[in-house]
Amino acid sequence: MPAGRRRHPRPHDPGELPLRSVATALLLSADGQSGFHAPTIADFFPDPVLFAGTWFEFGRIQFVRMVVAVFLALLFVLVARRATLVPGRLQSGVEMLLDFVRTGIAEDILGKKDAKRFVPLLTTLFVSVLGFNLTGVIPGLNIAGTSRIGLPLVLALWVYVVYLGAGVRKQGVGGFLRSSLFPPGVPPFLYVLLTPVEFLQVFVLRPATLALRLMANMMAGHLMLVLCFSATAYFLLEAAPAMKAFGVLTFASGMVMTLFEVFVAVLQAYIFAILTAVYISMSLTEEH
Amino acid sequence: MADSTLILAAADAVSGNIATLGYGLAVLGPGIGLGILIGKTVEGMARQPEVSGQLRTTMFIGIGFVEVLGLLGLITGFIFQ
Repeated sequence: MPAGRRRHPRPHDPGELPLRSVATALLLSADGQSGFHAPTIADFFPDPVLFAGTWFEFGRIQFVRMVVAVFLALLFVLVARRATLVPGRLQSGVEMLLDFVRTGIAEDILGKKDAKRFVPLLTTLFVSVLGFNLTGVIPGLNIAGTSRIGLPLVLALWVYVVYLGAGVRKQGVGGFLRSSLFPPGVPPFLYVLLTPVEFLQVFVLRPATLALRLMANMMAGHLMLVLCFSATAYFLLEAAPAMKAFGVLTFASGMVMTLFEVFVAVLQAYIFAILTAVYISMSLTEEH
Repeated sequence: MADSTLILAAADAVSGNIATLGYGLAVLGPGIGLGILIGKTVEGMARQPEVSGQLRTTMFIGIGFVEVLGLLGLITGFIFQ
């Protein structure tokens, strides 16, 4: 090669230079992240996009939550506005969901008479928890709206206020405290042990576990999926040729885990709603 | 001299977060609990299929209570890092 051409290297076509520099930049940035990366808790705290540092931080998780909220509102408004006597496929699906909450959760636990008042609460809880959970497996969103404590906490506090309010309205403050803190049929000296435990149970543990259970389930599910799929990417793209077969294994287990996550999302929505119903019915029943 | 390098090597080998062990321990109890809970429910369903709906509901409520114990182990691993 002549010396002159080496000193002034010119790309063959005008597009090559930017392309080459982009490729180098990509390679360099990829070089910084090569190797296998296990998922961490930082996955749930991505950098905010808007309003960073304020109370109205808007990032990936808030975006997912907003998408779900808009979707659920649209779904129910559309189905309700176009409701017909003979339901179509979408309407009968939604009706099946609502009917399941009414009969399978509310009336089953609370009884027909009391269930009526709490069906709206339970339906809202079930449907929204289900929606926010399912985003964990929807491609493109890929993180559950409930995988950070804020949303489960709000829902749990709502349940907290409702079951305390229901108990107080039914039995009065004194009656509610007596029936929940001093369960009858126990030798009196045992109340020394039992009352603090019951107090913790009613006023702290019920809402706390309600929120934590949901959050931890979704968080664990997300970590599981990320582990499977990032291991797949590592095995297929970077590992030694002999190890590539493991990529197929981790990919298959990622797929199975995705299906399992769908199951967990439904199960957690069910458990959240049914425990709410149980707590309300515990507040409503007067001990004899 | 050789001993100290051995100890150093051993210390190097177990580096990392001990919380990973904690979660393994934390799931033992709830695992046994879930096994007993679901097994007994299946037993009850086999004996009296006509109340299986009631049993299933109660089982899910129980699962909620048991499951949160294991999940507390997961959470504490992240909180006390």
